[in-house]
Amino acid sequence: MRKLIAHTEVEVNEEGYLTDFSQWTKEVGECIADENGICLTDRHWEVIEYIHEKYSCEEPLSIRGIKKSGVIDIKEFYKLFPGGPLKKATMIAGIPKPKSCI
Amino acid sequence: MKNLVILGAGTAGTMMANHLVKKLPRKEWKLTIVDQYKTHYYQPGFLFLPFDIYSTKQVKKNGKKFIPKGVDYIQKKIERIVPETNKVLLEQGDELAYDILIIATGTKIAPDEIEGMNGPMWYKNIFDFYTYEGAKALRDKLREWKGGKLVVHITEMPIKCPVAPLEFAFLADSYFKNKGMRDQVDITFVTPLGGAFTKPKATKALHYLLEEKGIKEVTDFNIERVDYENNKIIDYADTEVEYDLLVTVPTNMGDAVIERSGMGDDLNFVPTNKGSLQTTDYENIFAIGDATNLPASKAGSVAHFEAEILTDNILRYIQGQPLKEEFDGHANCFIETGNGKALLIDFNYTHEPVEGTFPFPGVGPLQLLKESRTNHMGKMAFRWVYWNLLIKGVHIPFVSATMNEKGKHFEEVTQ
Ligand SMILES: Cc1cc2nc3c(=O)[nH]c(=O)nc-3n(C[C@H](O)[C@H](O)[C@H](O)COP(=O)(O)OP(=O)(O)OC[C@H]3O[C@@H](n4cnc5c(N)ncnc54)[C@H](O)[C@@H]3O)c2cc1C
Repeated sequence: MRKLIAHTEVEVNEEGYLTDFSQWTKEVGECIADENGICLTDRHWEVIEYIHEKYSCEEPLSIRGIKKSGVIDIKEFYKLFPGGPLKKATMIAGIPKPKSCI
Repeated sequence: MKNLVILGAGTAGTMMANHLVKKLPRKEWKLTIVDQYKTHYYQPGFLFLPFDIYSTKQVKKNGKKFIPKGVDYIQKKIERIVPETNKVLLEQGDELAYDILIIATGTKIAPDEIEGMNGPMWYKNIFDFYTYEGAKALRDKLREWKGGKLVVHITEMPIKCPVAPLEFAFLADSYFKNKGMRDQVDITFVTPLGGAFTKPKATKALHYLLEEKGIKEVTDFNIERVDYENNKIIDYADTEVEYDLLVTVPTNMGDAVIERSGMGDDLNFVPTNKGSLQTTDYENIFAIGDATNLPASKAGSVAHFEAEILTDNILRYIQGQPLKEEFDGHANCFIETGNGKALLIDFNYTHEPVEGTFPFPGVGPLQLLKESRTNHMGKMAFRWVYWNLLIKGVHIPFVSATMNEKGKHFEEVTQ
């Protein structure tokens, strides 16, 4: 699916996750955050940076990983991205929704 | 004489011993397998033990019986692996040198990971059924339980046999119906995932089962702690779920020996090449079964498929040939749905379980993703297959290590 975000056309899947990370920009991230009722602060960006780092080393994201990240504790993670924090944070960061390994 | 050492004589280790003893020349290779326990448990039976469907005798046997002649069996705890010097240290200071090492130490529950879980109420009104002790204690509890709020809960993924908790909820529904007390029991299924089934396609197709059985569902629940004084589990978003009886699957972790050896990830799983089963860090160390970090199901059936590919690769490694990266994450498992029925699912790294027939395309007799009595018979027959074929490394007829795509209606997994 194509979608117009922050004046750029990007490819998203049916849930609204970017399917091509190279199309992500900070503005795109801000717009997705906005659609989810989140206003991004410096703290949010630190978390997004951490998520990008993990993504680039192909390390799967998990709540446990966040706990050990040293960037943020889980309580705050939930406060910053209310609802499903991993799902929302990855959507804003422009990477696929974390797959739960079965 | 060269040494091949297998760590762990569970499902995967025992299968490897049986495969390799037939393939490796005895004059050149000495095979050794190490396990801390005398008993080999049939873990899939732990699902049925709490409901008095299986007896304790049906789920355990003397492990040595399944280790073939020609393989040395050492019953000792493994203290540490020292990959730098190709040695394994056992308790009481014994040492084993290896040329090739296979890690098959499995995974086990770690209830200490969550505050309040392994506390004063553990095995009083908080139980697991992933261990022999837990399943048996829960059986005794269920025999006398008068009803109330039953919460079936998954702490975090990955867990072995990921559908077992849901099966537990289905069987509980049948169990209380048969006891004539279903109206006094409220069943809630609590999961950290977005749906009750671990794969989205299966969630869609099978959601009706929960509705049909009146099982409530709480999803996206990441537990922070158990408030055992007030009988509540609480998650990071401060959602609370009350229970009278909590049946939880605690965090699953690789054995502590992996951590002691500095060879694991956050959960003590061994980083392993997902196609070849060679560990990422050491070329003469391989890993199989629940001990690996593969993004495949942690299940006996998966270990069975892996064993065929790993056996080939060990032979290739010995002959100096390139390894095959063939393992595709193939898993198939029966899902017990209660009332003498079951489902069967078949999937791999890239394909989600969908409808079709198994093992013969278009014929079956087993139906994928549909409830049936034949599937239930299959699940019950699995115990026989396990003790008599699976761990002995006998090839199961018509079932191949990689997934057959014929006769199944697929959709690729989308990212
Ligand atoms: C409730 C339940 C239901 C299940 N249902 C199914 C099902 O329907 N179908 C299916 O395919 N699978 C099922 N499984 C999963 C299946 O049992 C496991 O995936 C399988 O046993 C994994 O084999 P493994 O050899 O990797 O580990 P295990 O069989 O657990 O073996 C590991 C062995 O290593 C030994 N070990 C570990 N550390 C040490 C140490 N430090 N020193 C010495 N020895 C050590 C242990 O004693 C153990 O014997 C189920 C599991 C459970 C708990």
